[in-house]
Amino acid sequence: MECSFGITGKDYVLLCSDMAAGRSIVRMKSDENKIKTLGPHLAMAYGGEPGDTNNFAEFVERNMRLYHIRNHYPLLPEAASAWVRRTLAESIRSKHPYAVNLLLAGYDTTTCKPHLYWIDYLGTKAVVPYAAHGMGVYVSLSTMDKWWFNDMNKREGVEVLKKCLDEVKKRLTVHFNFNCILIDKDGIHKINMDSEDPISEFEASQPKDIQVEVPNPPIDVGVTA
Amino acid sequence: MSRSYDRALTVFSPDGHLFQVEYALEAVKRGTCAVGVRGSSCVVLGVEKKSTLQLQDPRTVRKVAMLDDHVCVAFAGLTADGRILIDKARVECQSHRLTVEDPVSIEYITKHIAGIQQKYTQSGGVRPFGISTLVVGFDPHDTIPRLYQTEPSGIYSAWKACAIGRASKTVREFLEKNYTEELARDDAIKLTVKSLLEVVQTGAKNIEISVMEKYGVITNLEQSEIEKIVATIESEKEADAERKRQRLAAIQAGQASMAMGSRALSGNQTPTAGASADTGAGGEGHASAPGEESGIQ
Repeated sequence: MECSFGITGKDYVLLCSDMAAGRSIVRMKSDENKIKTLGPHLAMAYGGEPGDTNNFAEFVERNMRLYHIRNHYPLLPEAASAWVRRTLAESIRSKHPYAVNLLLAGYDTTTCKPHLYWIDYLGTKAVVPYAAHGMGVYVSLSTMDKWWFNDMNKREGVEVLKKCLDEVKKRLTVHFNFNCILIDKDGIHKINMDSEDPISEFEASQPKDIQVEVPNPPIDVGVTA
Repeated sequence: MSRSYDRALTVFSPDGHLFQVEYALEAVKRGTCAVGVRGSSCVVLGVEKKSTLQLQDPRTVRKVAMLDDHVCVAFAGLTADGRILIDKARVECQSHRLTVEDPVSIEYITKHIAGIQQKYTQSGGVRPFGISTLVVGFDPHDTIPRLYQTEPSGIYSAWKACAIGRASKTVREFLEKNYTEELARDDAIKLTVKSLLEVVQTGAKNIEISVMEKYGVITNLEQSEIEKIVATIESEKEADAERKRQRLAAIQAGQASMAMGSRALSGNQTPTAGASADTGAGGEGHASAPGEESGIQ
């Protein structure tokens, strides 16, 4: 019983996930953060078998960090998606496969393009402009089909996301809390989707209040001109 | 059986030495010098940078590397060995975070690095790492700067200030003479540069300085900043030498005048024209300004 969305815009990508944790019909927690920050401009929303999800997300997080430290540059979204997909593809062929579905979102600082990848536990990867996992698939994909268009600005993108969340509220019997992030050239920011006007709130707030904490990128110690 | 004996490169000599480990230390001594100095709230790493060839890209030659947000390492010895060891340490840093959800402490990662180095002195078919390392940084949730050293044998130890590599003995002696507790940031940097200048003849352009001020905050000094520090050190040295010279001159003048005074005294007993002229000159020398300088000493 979970639900996550990803929407790309002109120069940003939105990632939204429910915060429920539990088993079968029982909810144990409704404020679990299921979006993992993987780098300065990369994050993923994950769902699936509890336990597997956290384990896999942390594994990915540490490997992204290791790449960053080794090479002084973070893995770009495209390459990161390939790595995550391959890891899952190898996992499904192993004795103990991960049952994790995820949406990987990133902003490519070299080309200034947003990226969104739909990846499932079988090792399927799809490059998509908007996507959903879990229950959201049944009620919100049509909403996104109708309202999404190319090169949306931030306000338009958040409006589409709002419509999806409204649809979830209207059509699903379960109630979800959502948390949402926005990735753009400046990094990863929190978006409060419960607000009347999330974008005005986002634009009015201080960067440090909404900035999602990302590990310090290693400075280029050892590099001298 | 004999094969396994041959493959073991690290066997004891009859008098209890491990020659391969000692040769590894020799390789360290041939490496470029690296200095670490612990200040009151910062830790400074300084390395001697080999001049790159004219057509070489200097950015690809690294002697200082980050292991994690808060750990920095410099090494002396075989660069290729250093690369491998640094990579192993980096993996361990992330692995530690993955298993216990905490960043490594500086002592932990030092111990890990030293552990790897030790393993290579006691396994078949391998040779020891030809490097010593200086590991610096801050423990998580802590403000105490840390400085550790590891050696090819697998020994590790904590230091206030330490040098490895070429002429490390000279530099260590210099540090022993000049180190004071609770150094401020600028003083720690200055001491590092000063100690490196003991072995680096070419000055600022072959020195590289990294300063870690607190957890995760590390800066690489610009070439111009290092040049400025070298310039102040040199001017201070010059002023010092000048003072010494003046003092020496004053002492000599004083001694000369005393000698002449006594000669003049004996001259007075048997007066001659030449002796009386000497007395005049000696008296003048004694009265001149440098007389005060001799008082300083």
